[in-house]
Amino acid sequence: MKLSKKWLLDYVDLEVSDKEFCDALTLSGSKVEGFETEGSELSNIVVGKILTLTKHENSDHLWICSVDVGDNEPVQIVTGAQNLSQGDFVPVALDNSVVHGGKKIKAGNLRGAPSFGMLCSLCELGLSINDFPYADEDGIFILGDDCQKTLGLDICEAIGFNDVITEFEITSNRPDCLSVIGLARETAATFKLPFSPKKPELVDGIEDVNDYLKVDILAPDKCYRYVGAVVKNVRIAPSPRWLRERLRACGVRPINNIVDITNYVMLEYGQPMHAFDLRYLDGNQVIVRNAKDGEEITTLDDTKRILNSDMLVIADSKKPVAVAGVMGGEYSGIMDDTTTIVFESACFNGPSVRKTAKQLGMRTESSGRFEKQLNPFDCDTCLYRALELVKILDAGDIVSGVVDCNHSDKEPKTLPFDPQWVNDFIGIDLAPSEHKEILERIEFSVDNDVITIPSFRNDIEHQADISEEIARFYGYENIPNRKLSGVAKATLSPSQILKRKVENTLLACGYSEISTYSFISPKAYDKICLDTDDEKRICVTITNPLGEDTSVMRTTAIPSMLDVLARNYHNRNMDVAFYELATQYTSQGENTLPIEKPMVIMGQYGNDSDFFSLKGAVEELLYVVGIDDFDIEAVTDNNIFHPGRTAKISKDGNQIALLGEIHPIVLDNYEIGTRAYVAEIDFDQLFALRVETRSYKPLPKFPATTRDLAFVCDDNIPVLTLQKAISKAVGEILENILLFDVYQGSQIPQGKKSVAFNLRLRSSLRTLTDEECDKAMNNAIKALGELGIALRD
Amino acid sequence: MREQLENIRQTALQEFKSVEVRQDLETLRIKYLGKKGELTAVLKQMGKLSAEERPIIGQIANEVRSSIEEFVVKSESNIRKAEIEKKLEAEKLDITMPAKRHSCGHKHPLSIVLDEVQEIFFGMGFDVATGPEVEWDYYNFEALNLPPDHPARDTQDTFYITEKMLLRTQTSPVQIRVMENQAPPIRIIAPGRVYRSDAVDATHSPLFHQIEGLVVDKGITMGNLKGTLEEFAKSLYGSDTKIRLRPHHFPFTEPSCEIDVSCFRCGGKGCPMCKGEGWIEILGGGMVHPNVLKNGGIDPDIYSGFAFGVGLERITMFRFNIDDMRLLYENDIRFLSQF
Repeated sequence: MKLSKKWLLDYVDLEVSDKEFCDALTLSGSKVEGFETEGSELSNIVVGKILTLTKHENSDHLWICSVDVGDNEPVQIVTGAQNLSQGDFVPVALDNSVVHGGKKIKAGNLRGAPSFGMLCSLCELGLSINDFPYADEDGIFILGDDCQKTLGLDICEAIGFNDVITEFEITSNRPDCLSVIGLARETAATFKLPFSPKKPELVDGIEDVNDYLKVDILAPDKCYRYVGAVVKNVRIAPSPRWLRERLRACGVRPINNIVDITNYVMLEYGQPMHAFDLRYLDGNQVIVRNAKDGEEITTLDDTKRILNSDMLVIADSKKPVAVAGVMGGEYSGIMDDTTTIVFESACFNGPSVRKTAKQLGMRTESSGRFEKQLNPFDCDTCLYRALELVKILDAGDIVSGVVDCNHSDKEPKTLPFDPQWVNDFIGIDLAPSEHKEILERIEFSVDNDVITIPSFRNDIEHQADISEEIARFYGYENIPNRKLSGVAKATLSPSQILKRKVENTLLACGYSEISTYSFISPKAYDKICLDTDDEKRICVTITNPLGEDTSVMRTTAIPSMLDVLARNYHNRNMDVAFYELATQYTSQGENTLPIEKPMVIMGQYGNDSDFFSLKGAVEELLYVVGIDDFDIEAVTDNNIFHPGRTAKISKDGNQIALLGEIHPIVLDNYEIGTRAYVAEIDFDQLFALRVETRSYKPLPKFPATTRDLAFVCDDNIPVLTLQKAISKAVGEILENILLFDVYQGSQIPQGKKSVAFNLRLRSSLRTLTDEECDKAMNNAIKALGELGIALRD
Repeated sequence: MREQLENIRQTALQEFKSVEVRQDLETLRIKYLGKKGELTAVLKQMGKLSAEERPIIGQIANEVRSSIEEFVVKSESNIRKAEIEKKLEAEKLDITMPAKRHSCGHKHPLSIVLDEVQEIFFGMGFDVATGPEVEWDYYNFEALNLPPDHPARDTQDTFYITEKMLLRTQTSPVQIRVMENQAPPIRIIAPGRVYRSDAVDATHSPLFHQIEGLVVDKGITMGNLKGTLEEFAKSLYGSDTKIRLRPHHFPFTEPSCEIDVSCFRCGGKGCPMCKGEGWIEILGGGMVHPNVLKNGGIDPDIYSGFAFGVGLERITMFRFNIDDMRLLYENDIRFLSQF
């Protein structure tokens, strides 16, 4: 909301600097976004009078003007404009001046004739034909009688281009502040100034409005009040300067007196108004009713709209002429040949207007105000104001009276006056008289322990709302700060502790944390080659996404990780390793919220990356979490992964992790030109299997014996098979078994491999003898022998 | 013989002094102290001495032997020192050459700041609560005093899943969920992802993070809200930080406020970071609206509370001077590894 200072001063006697005004209003609840002075970019432009006008000798279009700018000597200026005459008053940009757009003007020479400045058009002042309708759009702005023709006077002052405009951010609960009067009331309350705006009275007219207009409200649940008035013999003309000026300051383009009056009243009172041409109101009738399903209207913006029965329309006896509170129909506008008009000042149900505007996809200034629920009490006042302006502007002949169809609740709202409750809620100690004083400043009346809420304050419903009024005028800064009392004890939950453990481990292993969007493109499932019937394709889908790329909630975070790997690869980052604690979302249908499951996603590529470095990090993580003993098996049938380089880690049949090299086709789809590795770890499984505190194992008291064993077996036998068999055969004296060599080549038959282990044997009870160790080794050799695996010669 | 011994001592002294190599030292030791060494040779002649002379010469011989033994030890130690010095000289590194990096990972800047915020609130007794991101309209709006077609819904452009299911636009629905499940006193923060239909640019993202705070107890006042947030601001930005509350409107709090902190760059004098204002807005909050308490199953006649919400991206960007929000979600390692 833009506020004109000139307009504000009509209502409040304010004598503070603009900065003080802005700061004080912000702190009392009307947030100022900024303020600017009109024309402040212009400098050294003054009113001048053309004394003489002579043709330039060396040009067929240039004129040499002698201009009186109030100094002793006239100024010579060369201009190419063709609309000047002797005696015209014009804006003169003198030597060293600045015109609109920051352009500097200096004395110069045009085809041999010295020129000490420039004569300005409206455009060079930052204005347009809307601001001065009588001006020549392509020529120099010749000041009309509505300007101050004082020689040498600053041009901004002379033409009234010097208002201070303050921009407010008005919150949705305060539609009353979307008006000059509303903000004037807040200003007066903030600075403790008197405030008593003059209430417009109904001006006398000719004939009787009831002979011209009939109003019926058929949907009183959506239209609380409709007040209409008629003006005959309208004389369409530009509005006077003071009115145009104020509209401009508030960011509204002046059009003609009738349209300008409706906008003026809207800006002044916050009440949107409409003016219909009576010619096009069939039956001279206004019927406020629900639209019929499928009923059509072409709105002022030349768009055909299909209505439904939830929408409220203003209709005549035959057709809808406006979408109530949103936009008028094509014939409802004011034209040059309009003679008789109907002014509408109505109050509609806010949510209904909002819904209609949304369904039709056209939010307007009017709907934006109505949807915040305006106040039916002032509909007539606003109409009186409009008629008063018609009279002041002599814009037509007013027909006597108004048609007022009023279904609104006429009793004002009340609340108990309870200063103690408010004091306790805010944490202050303010006397009841001070409460009363503050409330009365904003037109709440307090009488017999009852607060009567003014009609324009629809937002006040509860004692808490009263406290806000008290608090903001008492000053939020004056409320004493208090620390919370009581015992402060807070703890991390077990799952938060685990989360930290996981993160610390992965960071220590060299993985950097990423943060990716939870929504992805459904095409991502094609990119990772998910089968068409894979249940992961069933997503929680956003009905109104920004675009396809962010339209479904991910059922796996692998595409998010691949996107990040791809982006880094594209940016030529050579070695990367990432993790994310990412949520995946599984739909449970319309009646249950989706399951939001946390997953640990790891991804990497580069020189330091291979399957085993990823596996090492995953195993390290499991170790830290306390999961020592798990099963690992090859996964050959997952489309995302390399069929020969993928593993599944599980315990007691529950999958904990899936890890592997990304399938070359998927890499191609993501344009990743190097091998990449991804792991997906189920956080819930980590949580279920975690060991929070490990028991201490005593350090060994007796020495260990180490032995090496090498076997030759078929090369498709996993080393884990051998390792497990050895472990079982050696039994509890096996402290550690370490694979130290796998060899294929000369000396080993084709299709076989040599696998060598280092075993560390130890007893916690005594030093092992050679015989015990030999026996254990023989057991191991025998056990493998039973599997058809021989000791290497 | 006495002279002979004294000569041996003198020559040995000279010879041992000049020995530089371990091997030469061993040769020298054998030359003097070995079975066929010079001293042994002299001592072999002891038998020829008279009974009076023998103990005297014997003593001298022993002295000479221990002197030579000392020479050996001393030379040995000198040689060792020389060897070490030589080794050290040879091992000299150009310490300006590049280090071998230990490739620790880097925490995401949002997590770094979130951890910090959590620690601050832990210290004030706030537990961490969570709630679903895909949420019912009821929790996200209705229970928070935002009935259907309430105009304030427009300030939060919402992604809908169904008419009743949506992506939460704020962490405030966690307030209701916590109140439904926990009797006062309540003191929680609820960090998490929220979603709004804003196109991506330098200061907007359709997904961002908020940290919600909620306190409900008997006798909670707006003064408590101010005191708590001031402590938070001082912990996060330093003890000189001031806060300023500006009246605002949120449907679920009343009175409501936006909270500014004095600019941590210029201390409030005005600089480009705070756009000359001296203040930077980081929070919204207020007293929990009595309707909201009721919707959470708490009697507003007995209890009161305050709530607030912080934008994590905003405070993170201020903290690290990040000028483009997109960097936080692009996850380029050159960006992440700076933290």
